Amino acid sequence: MEKATTILNLTEDEFVHSGNRACSGCGLSIVYRMGLKALGKNTILVVPPSCLTVLQGLYPVASTKLPCVNVTFASTGAAATGVRAAMRALKKANVNVVAWAGDGGTSDIGIQALSGACERGENIIYICYDNEAYMNTGVQRSGTTPQGVLTTTTPIKGKLQEKKDVPSIIAAHGIGYVATASAAYPLDLYDKVKKATTISGPRYIHVHTPCPPGWNFDPRYTIKVGKLAVKTGLFDLYEIENGVFKLTGASLHLLGKTRLPVSEYFATQGRFKSLDAESVAKVQKQVDAKWANY
Amino acid sequence: MHIIESGNVAAATGVKLSRAQVIAAYPITPQTPLTEKLSEFVESGELAAEYIPVESEHSAMAVCIAASSAGARAFTATSANGLLYMVEQLHWAVGARLPVVMCVANRGIGAPWTVWNDQQDTISQRDVGWIQLYCNDHQQIIDSVIKAFKLAQTVSIPVMVCYDGYLLSHTYMPFEQPEQGKVDAFLPAFAPKHFLDPENPGNFNTVTLPDVRLDVDGNMAPGYIEIRHNLQEDLRAALLTYENIDREFEKEFGRGGNPFIEEYKCADAEFVAVCIGSLSYQLRDVVDMMREDQVKIGVMGVQIYRPFPDEAIIRALAGKRCVIVFEKALSYGNQGALYADIKSALYSSERKPRIHNYILGLGGREIKTQHLVDALAKSCASPDTFGDSPRWIGLKLQE
Repeated sequence: MEKATTILNLTEDEFVHSGNRACSGCGLSIVYRMGLKALGKNTILVVPPSCLTVLQGLYPVASTKLPCVNVTFASTGAAATGVRAAMRALKKANVNVVAWAGDGGTSDIGIQALSGACERGENIIYICYDNEAYMNTGVQRSGTTPQGVLTTTTPIKGKLQEKKDVPSIIAAHGIGYVATASAAYPLDLYDKVKKATTISGPRYIHVHTPCPPGWNFDPRYTIKVGKLAVKTGLFDLYEIENGVFKLTGASLHLLGKTRLPVSEYFATQGRFKSLDAESVAKVQKQVDAKWANY
Repeated sequence: MHIIESGNVAAATGVKLSRAQVIAAYPITPQTPLTEKLSEFVESGELAAEYIPVESEHSAMAVCIAASSAGARAFTATSANGLLYMVEQLHWAVGARLPVVMCVANRGIGAPWTVWNDQQDTISQRDVGWIQLYCNDHQQIIDSVIKAFKLAQTVSIPVMVCYDGYLLSHTYMPFEQPEQGKVDAFLPAFAPKHFLDPENPGNFNTVTLPDVRLDVDGNMAPGYIEIRHNLQEDLRAALLTYENIDREFEKEFGRGGNPFIEEYKCADAEFVAVCIGSLSYQLRDVVDMMREDQVKIGVMGVQIYRPFPDEAIIRALAGKRCVIVFEKALSYGNQGALYADIKSALYSSERKPRIHNYILGLGGREIKTQHLVDALAKSCASPDTFGDSPRWIGLKLQE
């Protein structure tokens, strides 16, 4: 196994300009910065509508020092396919073609194009930053919004349905590399993106990405909230390489240890305030059952 | 070399000769044999292109948009609901000023399901900003595809090459296949000024504000409305560009000369039948028959519908006694779109003809020559008493 990157040997290359349009405490800012560091200069980005569209700046100003094509909401997987096809046609090797989309753009409107790209075995990296709702349009529920969460389209009772498990759906396509990561563990994220660049074929990385305004917490707690999601066992860091599942990083360290109660995570965010004790107990039971299988 | 093949194969051959580099397509009747042929060209090594069998038409155009943004010559083809499924992408391709070329084998639109020919699919997309070329036979299909690639990359606007489903897509006709060397000389490689390039990074299709804005070097960059205004200006200027491309094509290949409209026996005609597509060739027979009865009538096919060739149309129709517009499409709730456009073009003319509108052939309803004869005879007999509403041909309504 490769040695994990530390803050001491992390590359100093930066591909995101400071002073961009992200909110304070934005989890995506961390994820984007670390992801681009890992991808490096020879990268072409494909981005559908999302908070990233805004973070990247308004014409004629851009906050990303990499070539990027903004595409329609549903088309990300196919557009990345098109960039890669052009690279092959034009005999340009050694370019990372990277689709970078939010959870709505991935789990809902974009899943068909993504599934098509995975089934065809396209040589692309797809990064989904999951802030668990349509944040760019003002916090509407998405397929990956957890059960019970208050959003502007689930304003009173909270979302009735459970979170869609997108990494498992993508893994079911039998692609070579699926990983999860968290904005709160940037070096783990960096190493996974880096590893993805060394593999060919479709690669999918799903990144849990706290959102202060959308989740209703103070911007200074982005890392704390992100870490709690992992330490309570709600969001797990793992890799599925050639079909082999393994927990990684902070989640691996939890194996055989006592996890923090999920209620501790819920208490940090206003979006969970409609959850009653019974619902919290149900989630705790689900998490315990999931971990019993690890 | 002359070959006898279907319209779809004529289109595929044009794409091969044009050396498309990225082809993405999703099957839909009656376009399917075209993409089957292209996949065969690619698999056999006859065409050095990437063939992407996408999971939808929306994705087909996404692949073309992205590949074109990265500097590759991109092609797709579709029909009917497939075209409509990519509508958002049609707007995107033209807004991003990408020279994608697409063939559309024209077909009616559901509901109810129909697989047969009319032109509602492409006519309903007249306002998106794509250039729309229409073909009357297989020779025009293969020639138009080659010209379309040149036009698209010259003006940085995507081009639709449209031909009637089944009537042209699935029928067999002889046509000349241009030589590869001559096509290569006519159509230079696609070498865009801006493309996705890690050595020269740029952010394409960024959110653009209502107003103009300074860039980091202090230069004024356009707002959204300036970008759209430029598209309109460039589309209008594309008429002249296409005329020149057609002339150059004619010089090289000996065919062309009618880039905007194709007139048949119109010079001395008092009456002119007008339509888009293969129907204009069927109407030639009708015109010949009526000429035998001393009716001074001709037929005009419209070869490019967007940008609208208004000057050519005014030149052809001003001063005629009556213009009879036949359409396999309708702007529902109003009139035939072509009829309304021709009327609008002639508004500024001091020698306005009478103008009639017939709707026919929707969903593949057979267009019988006798129906055309009857309709034209009626129009020619009483050009002044017709009204502005379209009349329908060949309807079998229950009384």
